Amino acid sequence: MGGDPIIASWLVYGCCGAVLVGLGLFGFMRPTTTLRRVLAFNIVGSGIFLLFGATGYRVPSTGADPVPQALIITGIVVALAATALAVALMLALARVSAGRDEDA
Amino acid sequence: MVHPALLVAPIAAPLLAALLAIAFPRGAVAAALSAVGVALVASLVLVVEVARTGTGAALAIGGWPPPLGIALEADGLSAMFLLAASTIGLGVLVVAQGPFGWTGRETRKGYSFWPLALCLLAALNAIFLSRDFFNFYVGLELLSLSAVALVALDGKREAIEAALRYLMFALVGSLLYLLGAALLYAQYGTLDIGLIAASAETNGPTLVAAGLMTAGLAAKTALFPLHAWLPSAHTGAPAVASAMLSALVPKASFFILVRVWFDALPGQAGPGLTLVLGTMGAVAIVYGSILALLQERLKLIIAYSTVAQLGYLFLVFPLAGGDSTAQPWFAGAWTGGMVHAVSHGLAKAAMFLCAGAMMAAAGGDKLSDVRGIVAKMPLATFAFALAAVTLMGLPPSGGFLAKYLMLTAAFASGAWVWGAVVLAGGLLAALYLYRPLASLFAPADPDRTFTSVPLRTELVPLALALVAVLLGVASQFPYDILQVGRSVAAEAGLE
Repeated sequence: MGGDPIIASWLVYGCCGAVLVGLGLFGFMRPTTTLRRVLAFNIVGSGIFLLFGATGYRVPSTGADPVPQALIITGIVVALAATALAVALMLALARVSAGRDEDA
Repeated sequence: MVHPALLVAPIAAPLLAALLAIAFPRGAVAAALSAVGVALVASLVLVVEVARTGTGAALAIGGWPPPLGIALEADGLSAMFLLAASTIGLGVLVVAQGPFGWTGRETRKGYSFWPLALCLLAALNAIFLSRDFFNFYVGLELLSLSAVALVALDGKREAIEAALRYLMFALVGSLLYLLGAALLYAQYGTLDIGLIAASAETNGPTLVAAGLMTAGLAAKTALFPLHAWLPSAHTGAPAVASAMLSALVPKASFFILVRVWFDALPGQAGPGLTLVLGTMGAVAIVYGSILALLQERLKLIIAYSTVAQLGYLFLVFPLAGGDSTAQPWFAGAWTGGMVHAVSHGLAKAAMFLCAGAMMAAAGGDKLSDVRGIVAKMPLATFAFALAAVTLMGLPPSGGFLAKYLMLTAAFASGAWVWGAVVLAGGLLAALYLYRPLASLFAPADPDRTFTSVPLRTELVPLALALVAVLLGVASQFPYDILQVGRSVAAEAGLE
């Protein structure tokens, strides 16, 4: 091992995750359009996953804990499904607003 | 020893039927009814077994114990909620054959309803059987996404807008919950409830994690002031879907909230937190009731009534955990809250199904539309009145048992404010339910005609409303069941 880095890498990841969560929550809460909210949701989600992954390195002697990674993968699938549903609903709303029948 | 299949069937059967319904839309009704029937039988046997043996049941899937594997566990609370969900689910699906059954050609609504409803029921059952915070998250997401899609099912502009608003609240809720779960994992290295409870300690990070989870779950339970999505979503959805959305979906996030504070982190909720949750619940009772009083549409009255009735659930936190030492009234208050969740679910499902049948018969759900419908639909009107009895908390209904237990706890603990709220809530419920009842029982105009509806749309809500009343008549049985495997904290308080 070379010399210790000035800042531990898990701390960098953790802090980046926290910043992303903060930015995303701000983007979600401010008055804005639905599409921006969905994007903000994905930014918060990425931040949480980064934070979660960083917590996997709590005990340096045993290496990274694989459980958070397994949970993150599940979380990404869930976030993808939620995003897809949100986009589908937005498209349906746009179609209905344009006067086309949704009941075809 | 309970057979493992009893724990697997309530989740696996609806999921399997959902896949079948996608592949073979013609057989969707048969697959759905038989799967939920299987789930109902399994949960019934589970309740009887749990009552007989006095212990819960557990299953480590694939032989992998936690923390590596996923365990399914049923205590008395799980078994009761499972049975309620399967009963309501079966009733709703029987009625849904009418609007969504196979008509010889594939329609968008008829095709989508069955997989969505089945996924919703599977997700509910998965939550009721889980003992792990990540499992809860996955179940909660499956539940929310199916519920949002059900809201949008009508395809009308208002319905899609309501679904999007609901989805936004659900997304914030799940993000806050997931962040809390990640922090909890960082703290304890596990998300299993039993393992966390064994090593839980009161410190800042734990409280921040649990606080985030609580905020997220409160948004999903539509606790005041996070209720804004509920009325539009529950009225925008088709009536059979509203029945499940109002009766079952908010109970799942409440169930997780109970698991967080009473099972995983007993002794961690300070008086501040229980006071905040209790106050929000109390405001919800008053605010929801007043808004219900101002509505002109049957479905909106029922939806605002849900906002009010969900408030009672949160009185459990101050009543069953506002003291530093174990108090004799904690058990009663906790059980009262759980009985309320079950009896409200049954009564609310009955009411929404009645509203749906009456809408179909009258062509609208304004109070003036359904005026005098008792002559045409005496059974549905009777079912509505019975469900109203439970919501008002009149004896001998399940709602009475719940409110009686909460009142006793409130006065025993000297926190008479909560007791006053419970009493005022019952009075307000009588007020806002008087208007629809008066309209239903009023003499109709002689030339007013109603369309005929199938008899089952009247019989099912009647059966559900009767079960809600029976819950109070046979009060000892649900009370005893709920005590099985009840966490120590439910007895000893939250601090």
